[in-house]
Amino acid sequence: MNNLRICVCIKQVPDTQKVKIDPNKGTMIRKGVPSIMNPYDESALELALEIKDMAGAEITTLSMGIPAVLDMLRYTIALGVDRSFLLTSPEFAGADTLATSYTLSLGIKSTGPYNLILFGKQAIDGDTAQVGPEVAANLNLPIVSYVSDFLELGNEGLTLERFTDYSREIVKTSMPSVLTVVKAKRRLRIPKLKRLIYSFNAEVEKLNAKDLKADLKKCGLKGSPTRVKHVFSPELNKRVEFLDGSINEKAEKFRDILNRIGVISLN
Amino acid sequence: MIDEGKRLDMAEGIWVVSEAFNKQINRVSFELLSKAVELNTNLNQTITAVMFYGSIDAADEKVLKDFIEYGAEQVLILSTEEEKLKKISSNRDYQRKVKDRVDAELLYRAALEYKPLIILAGATSYGRTLMPLVASKLHTGLTADCTGLSMDGEILVQTRPAFGGNIMASIECSEKRPQMATVRPGIFKAKRLNLTEKEIGAKIDKAVIHKNYNVFDDLRLFPEIVEAHDEYGDVNIVDAQVIVAGGRGLGKPEGFDLLKKLADKLGGVVGASRGAVDLGWIDHSHQIGQTGHTVNPKLYIACGISGAIQHIAGMKGSDTIIAINDDPEAPIFNIADYGIVGDLYEIIPAVLKKLS
Repeated sequence: MNNLRICVCIKQVPDTQKVKIDPNKGTMIRKGVPSIMNPYDESALELALEIKDMAGAEITTLSMGIPAVLDMLRYTIALGVDRSFLLTSPEFAGADTLATSYTLSLGIKSTGPYNLILFGKQAIDGDTAQVGPEVAANLNLPIVSYVSDFLELGNEGLTLERFTDYSREIVKTSMPSVLTVVKAKRRLRIPKLKRLIYSFNAEVEKLNAKDLKADLKKCGLKGSPTRVKHVFSPELNKRVEFLDGSINEKAEKFRDILNRIGVISLN
Repeated sequence: MIDEGKRLDMAEGIWVVSEAFNKQINRVSFELLSKAVELNTNLNQTITAVMFYGSIDAADEKVLKDFIEYGAEQVLILSTEEEKLKKISSNRDYQRKVKDRVDAELLYRAALEYKPLIILAGATSYGRTLMPLVASKLHTGLTADCTGLSMDGEILVQTRPAFGGNIMASIECSEKRPQMATVRPGIFKAKRLNLTEKEIGAKIDKAVIHKNYNVFDDLRLFPEIVEAHDEYGDVNIVDAQVIVAGGRGLGKPEGFDLLKKLADKLGGVVGASRGAVDLGWIDHSHQIGQTGHTVNPKLYIACGISGAIQHIAGMKGSDTIIAINDDPEAPIFNIADYGIVGDLYEIIPAVLKKLS
């Protein structure tokens, strides 16, 4: 396997697990939420690094984001990534998945060609799982979604394991292909010290709308057919009813509930 | 009626993409047909069930009847030229190609030709791959995992959780057509229209449209399935009606043995929070939450689960939630219908005793 070129698209997201709710208003507090690498993208990156370990490859990471994302991309270099690009431009802001996939496709085309383009299944802020497939359609490439592992790498193609809602499949695809990765079997590695130090001064190239020759009508808010009209806090209108009493009494009440909702029937 | 001669810029029709597995139509297809009927209350759109040949016997009368009983006026059956494919390579065939891509190409061609107003599909691993492929090719908007749908004139108002489930957003695709959305199974309820046999019979005669498109010009777009193992593991969590789930509060992996006893008693399955899976106590296939499965069972029993936002995101659609935790302040009690504060290793055996 010579010169396998892999691109991993990564998103920096707020850590939605660490979001606090204002106890009085019941609204989300956006400030102070830490930014992390999207966990699914970590899995995609680890998969790419494993392919590199096994077969040798040049890995590029790509992200569309604000300048603060540079640190995250430099960290990917510390992990073993060879080069990294940040697609950043005010015109990219406010993008829905269609506009995002348009911009990422431009970035992939301008820094490519690649044999494999990897995405995490979904980003934990948007949770749409749309960008990977939309890029595949944009670039007219085959796509294998819900990939959990790679099994074989050959000149004609790649054999992958994927998990759908119903089944576990072994799938073969040619290259170039787009893959979207679910939780990988192994966690993202930690960097070796020497490489970490090297990464502090590594260059992450910035590409803006002009560099990508982007059609401004297709980027950012302008290029987004969907718009958020309205945002509101989810209603937590449930009032929990605590079952009290002795263990025995609690168990009885539990059983009565099961009967009432039809999960069991007494008599 | 779908009219091939109509003006190119007039979008008409609410399409529901049906999903089949093992000769059965996924219930989400009927849930979405029922929703389409509701959305159509003040419009006058043709509700169309879209079916893909090869997934189920297209001549199956029962399937057509079901579609009609749940609200379809038309059934659009899309097929492709498998014969041509067989000529190219004798040991490959349509069935062994990854279905979502093949169906995406078919749906794209049909949407281009018939220009529907709205396309709905289940937010399953199939739908969540097929729909963005089609949306991208059509240069239109798609909203995933909607928990609410309504109409504002001809605009589909799409409501969904965002920011990891911490807020709700209402989204619209006001200019591009079709307006596309996916919805998870169990969010909406399937309702039969209560038609008489005669009415159904009359509708079936007019309902079916067959359309064939060749999508296999470029074979490399279609990955091949080398092996498929259906229903991996013993867990079909996504469709389960009763789930007994455990988290870190179990304290040890053996806790899941106890939960399995209760699950078996109730005809349900065992689920897990990310915390328990990360500790290696149970396989990832049981994981419920943002990075696991989303479930909508009749009953969800959360044992030793604190109730982190990302877990709640995966199970808050459950009809009834009972939480058992020794911490009365655990966030899970904010979402549960019933709560028991106590030691699950005392409570669950007591419940099992009551059930036997």
